[in-house]
Amino acid sequence: MGTVDQHTHPEHRVHISYSRIVELVETGSNVLDLGCGDGELLLRLMREKQVRGRGVDIEESMILQCISKGLSVFQGNLEEGLKDYPTGSYDYVILNHTLQMIHDPAMLIQEMVRVGRFAVVNFPNFGHILNRMQLVFGGRMPVNRNIPYEWYNTPNIHFCTRKDFVELCSTLKLDIVRSIDMTRRHTAPPFLHNLLATETCFVLTNTHRS
Amino acid sequence: MSSESTPVAESLGIVQEHTYTFGPPGVPITLENGRAFGPIDVRYETYGNLNAERTNAVLILHAFTGDAHAAGFHTAESKHPGWWNDMVGPGKPFDTNKYFVICSNVLGGCRGTTGPGSTDPETGKPYGLSFPVITIRDMVNVQKRLVDHLGIQRLLAVAGGSMGGMQALEWSVAYPEMVASSIVLASTARLTAQGIAFNAVGRNAIMSDPHFQSGNYYSDQLPAQGLSIARMVGHITYLSDESMGMKFGRKLQERAAYGFDFADQFQVESYLEYQGDKFVDRFDANSYIYLSKAMDYYDLGERYGGLDFAAARITAKVLVISFTSDWLYPPYQAKEIVFALMKAEKDVSYTELNSPYGHDSFLLETKRQGRLISSFLGSVYGNC
Repeated sequence: MGTVDQHTHPEHRVHISYSRIVELVETGSNVLDLGCGDGELLLRLMREKQVRGRGVDIEESMILQCISKGLSVFQGNLEEGLKDYPTGSYDYVILNHTLQMIHDPAMLIQEMVRVGRFAVVNFPNFGHILNRMQLVFGGRMPVNRNIPYEWYNTPNIHFCTRKDFVELCSTLKLDIVRSIDMTRRHTAPPFLHNLLATETCFVLTNTHRS
Repeated sequence: MSSESTPVAESLGIVQEHTYTFGPPGVPITLENGRAFGPIDVRYETYGNLNAERTNAVLILHAFTGDAHAAGFHTAESKHPGWWNDMVGPGKPFDTNKYFVICSNVLGGCRGTTGPGSTDPETGKPYGLSFPVITIRDMVNVQKRLVDHLGIQRLLAVAGGSMGGMQALEWSVAYPEMVASSIVLASTARLTAQGIAFNAVGRNAIMSDPHFQSGNYYSDQLPAQGLSIARMVGHITYLSDESMGMKFGRKLQERAAYGFDFADQFQVESYLEYQGDKFVDRFDANSYIYLSKAMDYYDLGERYGGLDFAAARITAKVLVISFTSDWLYPPYQAKEIVFALMKAEKDVSYTELNSPYGHDSFLLETKRQGRLISSFLGSVYGNC
């Protein structure tokens, strides 16, 4: 079955594509995908990068889809952290488009860099110009392609801007190894990323880990 | 993928029972307690056909009071199908159009396999309490002899709930090379103190029945009252507060208002009494004692120096399912198995189905559990 390269597809320009995440991961590594959904990303990682992969999701329907694909999957709640996962047991721990839904994102990120050599985190950038305009000129909470929910029904409870996240990493003493910024049409110079990136993906590591 | 391509699930119709006998004069089995034991009759049933490569065999492992009759009917007149009829048959999760399904009665049972009610060839009388104390590993070793006898070198899957799940786990660590996948439902690597406590009450009820006579009751009156109470206690542990509330509430069985006399019977009382009475007709009190003790003794990690070491032996792809309202085999215990397997970098999947039916969920939530199992088996069979 053919996989569409999402980042070349105009409908998907706002999100970091699976292809970009697949590119980040070293061949043959060990991957834990938190909030793995239907397991499509894991499946691509296994096929294209021969990783040993495991997924975690909270939804029964998603677990069923992962099992149908022959994946190893665990039904669990990320709010409980990763206490049963030994330190350094994975090369990569991925949190794809889920950070903003977590009650204690700082705790989860720290857990991710404890369990994995690298954490791969991506999230919608609340600092994007469209969000700012909607708030400044419309006087209302931003609702757009990037963040398509009303304030009362959004699963997203912890929005941050790209800049906020970089600051959190420095507070937590985490190193940003790589970043990928999705902009709508053109590539933007780094100093404009906080304004123009719809979504950002960071690869983090904890070099201070004892 | 689509539902149109799935054949409509139907019953297996009439199924046959078989008995395989081994042990002296042939090779007996060495029990976990060190004693050589035999001869042993194994009652079993099979459904579907073994393929030419012998790669589609699934061994189903029954729970405490189950038997070899997992699906279909024994006679055309019979109203009661096998105990897992919703899960086993053509087009069902354990699809007999694809898989060769085997189910046998456990060692120590009373439904055709040698147990305390069987005749001891040395005395010509039933074993009673002279029957050796058996373990989950002993049950598995007997099943292994059956699987060898059927000419199967590797099982596509071993699958069971509750005590059946213990056997599935034990199969996976005892004979890793023979097990391609393992399905563990509502089960544990070792029973909780609470679980042991309930089993102890059951055994005490039986042993304190005046008709028990140290287990030598076979030619006399049965310890029916004790066995019935044991079953009543058991049934309470298989349900949940929520399912009892839904099923019975506080309703009376025969009256509309309380009479404030002992003739009043709540529906839940009547149900338990009925379950207890029905059980006495089909189950041997000594088997209750032996099998419940085997569950109490069970500790997957014990012989290997801990659960992590036992998990490291497993090569099978494992599916573990627990149920939120199961307080006898609680989800946290299922997760202990899963995390041990994950630590050992094994291929394991886990789901915790939200269900109100307590421990009995693995017999009742057949649709959701069935979808998971059929997908899991399909992916394992596809990779064979």
